[in-house]
Amino acid sequence: MDKFTKLTGVAAPMPMANIDTDKVIPARFLKTIKRSGLGVHLFDALRYDKDGKERPDFVLNQEPYRKAEILIAHENFGCGSSREHAPWALLDFGIRCVIAPDFADIFHNNSFKNGILPVRLPRAVCDQLIEDAKLGGNARITVDLEKQVVVRPNGDEIPFKIDPFRRHLLLNGLDDIGQTMQHGKALDSYEAKRQAEQPWQPTLSA
Amino acid sequence: MSTTKPRTLFDKVWDSHVVETLEDGTCLLFIDRHLVHEVTSPQAFEGLRMAGRKLRRPDLTIAVADHNIPTLGRAQGIKEEDSRIQVETLEANVKAFGVPYIPIMDERQGIVHIIGPELGISLPGQTLVCGDSHTSTHGALGALAFGIGTSEVEHVMATQTLQQKPSKNMRVDVSGGLPFGTSAKDVVLAIIGKIGTAGGTGHVIEYTGDTIRGMDMAGRMTVSNMTIEGGARAGMIAPDQTTFDYIKGRPYAPAGAAWEQALAYWRTLPSDPGAQYDTSVFLKAEDIAPMVTWGTTPEAVVPITGVVPNVADIADEGVRAQRQRMLDYMGLTPGQKMTDLKVDVVFIGSCTNGRIEDLRAAAAVAKGRKVAAGVRALVVPGSGLVKSQAEREGIAQILIESGFEWREPCCSMCLGMNPDKISAGQRCASTSNRNFEGRQGIGGRTHLVSPSMAAAAAVTGHFADVRELG
Repeated sequence: MDKFTKLTGVAAPMPMANIDTDKVIPARFLKTIKRSGLGVHLFDALRYDKDGKERPDFVLNQEPYRKAEILIAHENFGCGSSREHAPWALLDFGIRCVIAPDFADIFHNNSFKNGILPVRLPRAVCDQLIEDAKLGGNARITVDLEKQVVVRPNGDEIPFKIDPFRRHLLLNGLDDIGQTMQHGKALDSYEAKRQAEQPWQPTLSA
Repeated sequence: MSTTKPRTLFDKVWDSHVVETLEDGTCLLFIDRHLVHEVTSPQAFEGLRMAGRKLRRPDLTIAVADHNIPTLGRAQGIKEEDSRIQVETLEANVKAFGVPYIPIMDERQGIVHIIGPELGISLPGQTLVCGDSHTSTHGALGALAFGIGTSEVEHVMATQTLQQKPSKNMRVDVSGGLPFGTSAKDVVLAIIGKIGTAGGTGHVIEYTGDTIRGMDMAGRMTVSNMTIEGGARAGMIAPDQTTFDYIKGRPYAPAGAAWEQALAYWRTLPSDPGAQYDTSVFLKAEDIAPMVTWGTTPEAVVPITGVVPNVADIADEGVRAQRQRMLDYMGLTPGQKMTDLKVDVVFIGSCTNGRIEDLRAAAAVAKGRKVAAGVRALVVPGSGLVKSQAEREGIAQILIESGFEWREPCCSMCLGMNPDKISAGQRCASTSNRNFEGRQGIGGRTHLVSPSMAAAAAVTGHFADVRELG
């Protein structure tokens, strides 16, 4: 996983609530056995018409947002399906940070696992940032994970909260499986204790 | 971490699975059951392969293909190449990594959330995960069951744990007898209508109250299944005699002396008197009518006697715009009666309503009636065992004689990853769980309903109040 420390880039305004993961990437694109290549289908139904042509009114089809690295949205971003193809598609497009008033739990988890930083900020602040983002390419927004601030184009710093453990993993680009495996002894003894206390727990071996 | 404080069902299951508490309260949580399917696992197996890792506990893992497979002519194989590759990849992976697998042509094959409880794989007090958000279904048995992403699938495969922080406790209590013509689906749609699609975010919901207690396991699973549509990853229902009677004798369930030991443990699981919930919501069953969603989020729901709501008087500009977008997408005008909306397609099935009880409810309405002209009606049983039981009971025959298509089990038209889709502009009465834009096919218009309401729509050609069909 790539580290996330500080990002300065174009932010795309997407003032919609309940952007579900079916909207981020429809189910018909989940028939892949890879993580890569999904960016072209990001927001497919919003981005393309029925003939596959770009819809000019959709933000990511407009300059400078074709190169957006940050997305700003409304409440409950990423609700619905657990598909990790949603953060994969965002990442493949080039988006490393989503700012919204709140996120659905599974999407929130999945983002961190892929080096995407979800930033929770109050709705009024998101709306302010959306107005900033509408100013286009000169209105670059900075997301600084080390300092835990979002910097508006006018230099105003907006602090945000983040789980310290997740911040640590993201800042260092740590593989959490490797990290968990360092707790192998605790896991061995837990399994032994569980087996002793609940020997009746069935296994699924054939 | 034991405590003398009264604990909820969730607290108890959580506490008994904490392997270690890491920095800032994140816990390593032991996972008892890992269900794997073809869509969200290939990248996880690939991750293991690249890192030279194997499954820590293949004996606690079971795989089945359910999302991509056809509901017709299955014995001839999968025609769509990308779907076939995904299933073949699963088959190669389970072989290479030694994971128990239920093959496509096995009678036990079905939707992962149908077959988990059906085969006795999911049990009370367990932690159960799957790379699928409707894993919340298994919470109906008193398990802590939730959906995870593919990175977490890989994490569970490698370590049999997840890094998690405890959720908050939310209680949703429903009391009173269910009125005639209503079912568990109407209850859960009413709950989501009340709390909203993000109402449960950060929480595990425990469903309590005599309405829930009075439901059979199929009804409880329908409620638990749609918990995620209210924003909570997991829904739980305390195990009781209904639960135990359901589990006893199922293929993977404990038997003999082990059954008695299991039972003794399961009886300790219900929330202690005085246990605290961070949030509580109360509903009265008598207020619940057969429900129909009108919008593209499950919270956009009204009783069948209702009308498409007005949006012009909504104060919040963002909400108003969102609701207007829903009306445009769904092709609806405020004030339209729900019963005036004609349907093109009816889908009965999915992990929400693909159980034998659901098919019986649909057949009770369909019996002696015909699917209306111009309506395409599809019944997709949740598993091979449900299908054969329905055929034995004569339910399949009733539905077929009414004009329903009788298919082979899988996720099917719930999300249209196989050939079962609706076309742009078509209106569908669906017993599934999501009415999102494009969910059942590009431009398709989904209205979520119960199985008996879906059958009522099929035989009348429009949304109809099942209470009036008698």
